[in-house]
Amino acid sequence: MYVAVKGGERAIENAHRLLANARRGDQSVPEVTLDQISEQLGLAVDRVMSEGSLYDRELAALAIKQARGDLIEAIFLVRAFRATLPRFGASEPVDTGAMRVQRRVSSTFKDIPGGQILGPTFDYTHRLLDPSLAEGFVPETPATAEASTAPTPRVTDILGRDGLIESSPEAEDGASVGDLTREPLNFPADRDLRLQNLARGDEGFLLAMGYSTQRGYGRNHPFAGEIRFGEVEVEFSAEDAGFAVPLGAIELTECQMVNQFKGSATEAPCFTRGYGLAFGQSERKTMSMALVDRALRARELGEEALAPAQDEEFVMSHSDNVQATGFVEHLKLPHYVDFQSELGLLRKLRQEFADANAPDAMKEAAE
Amino acid sequence: MDQVTQHNTQQAQRKAAMAVLAHAEAGEIAARLRDLTLPAHQDLRTPENGLVMLRGRVGGDGAPFNLGEATVSRAAVRLASGEVGFGYTLGRDGEKARLIALCDALVQSRDFGGLVERSVIAPLRERLMVKREQAAAETAATKVDFYTMVRGEG
Repeated sequence: MYVAVKGGERAIENAHRLLANARRGDQSVPEVTLDQISEQLGLAVDRVMSEGSLYDRELAALAIKQARGDLIEAIFLVRAFRATLPRFGASEPVDTGAMRVQRRVSSTFKDIPGGQILGPTFDYTHRLLDPSLAEGFVPETPATAEASTAPTPRVTDILGRDGLIESSPEAEDGASVGDLTREPLNFPADRDLRLQNLARGDEGFLLAMGYSTQRGYGRNHPFAGEIRFGEVEVEFSAEDAGFAVPLGAIELTECQMVNQFKGSATEAPCFTRGYGLAFGQSERKTMSMALVDRALRARELGEEALAPAQDEEFVMSHSDNVQATGFVEHLKLPHYVDFQSELGLLRKLRQEFADANAPDAMKEAAE
Repeated sequence: MDQVTQHNTQQAQRKAAMAVLAHAEAGEIAARLRDLTLPAHQDLRTPENGLVMLRGRVGGDGAPFNLGEATVSRAAVRLASGEVGFGYTLGRDGEKARLIALCDALVQSRDFGGLVERSVIAPLRERLMVKREQAAAETAATKVDFYTMVRGEG
């Protein structure tokens, strides 16, 4: 039970004024601009868009600024904002095969058509702090090379041609696409809802869950079949225009995880798959997502589901950091009456304990 | 050309123009339009911001799922001669949506279709291609060239 507490208005107002000052910091230091956040803290913006579940770089940058760099607070702000706008509809599903690839690596095949393209990556850096970045750093102009016009097919498509990997599930005729922002979540949940949940799920939570599968809690022998990052075009079937209109492009990261075989008396053994997709450049997120997606398919693939990462109710109920932080942080709010009743109960129990353990002599005397 | 083919050709043209315009800034489109003498037109739908749920596919090529939303701005413009254009773009720039709608209406106009293609769409397409080619060249430089270390004899 919560009680309305009166009398805190002035304190609250002043606390928010103090927050505004703390957010601004030393005013002799120039104020950070949204462009600076978007351009120079781009991966933070990507994370806020992914987990805030809203693709809008400028709004995500504003949220990061308002939240003083607290990304979960920023995600909360973005989620709240999206509730203020009407929804026009749903896009045509994006085609990641037609991505303008900026990075694309496979740990399963060295010579993939289209090649291994490293792009802008932290991989192979030495993770040494670079003092030259502290101020006035001007990067060298990027090197260029002749771009190939060869297509970059998904690695899973290549494996699929020989039947070595399961094919992706097709949409059932007339089946609607589940949307957990519109309907309450029920279990068991289908893969569309699971992927939507994971796509907006907390990166840290998914990382830990994915890691747990690697350490043996629901082991499924993953290989990073392919990770790709780049721009894809988005189209929207506009009723008024009467055709699918181009909306522009978004940046996405996709991870195709290739996992241990399945097979049966009637089906030849083949690799299974886990899938990850997220806004922006989010490799850790999509890799973790793909590991967890695969783990959550345990039931469907006839595996024993004993590990936390295989328990869809556990994973899906705890992946959302806005829900999680709301429930954890609400403990800060006044629980005075609640606590008073607990206190009363505890005093009563302690009295009973004291009475029961009193020396027999005293009991007899009392009687 | 029969009517259906004509309709499809025009739709393809409109889509191709929109695919360029959606990637341009509102200011760039406005600057190109400023040099033209435009026919009378009016807003049929004033710019409006909203959301579109972006969809992916399971495994990249399977059944669709909801990935997350994006902000989208839309508008509609009608020329005095009757053509109605629609403008849609990612983001919250209503003016850009209105300019795309205006261009879409002009693309459909017998008198202005060629002009808007030459003076607005083509130069913006050119800029977009240059940008994309530059990005592709920078990406290509990070492609790994594997070579095999050959062991010496013996």
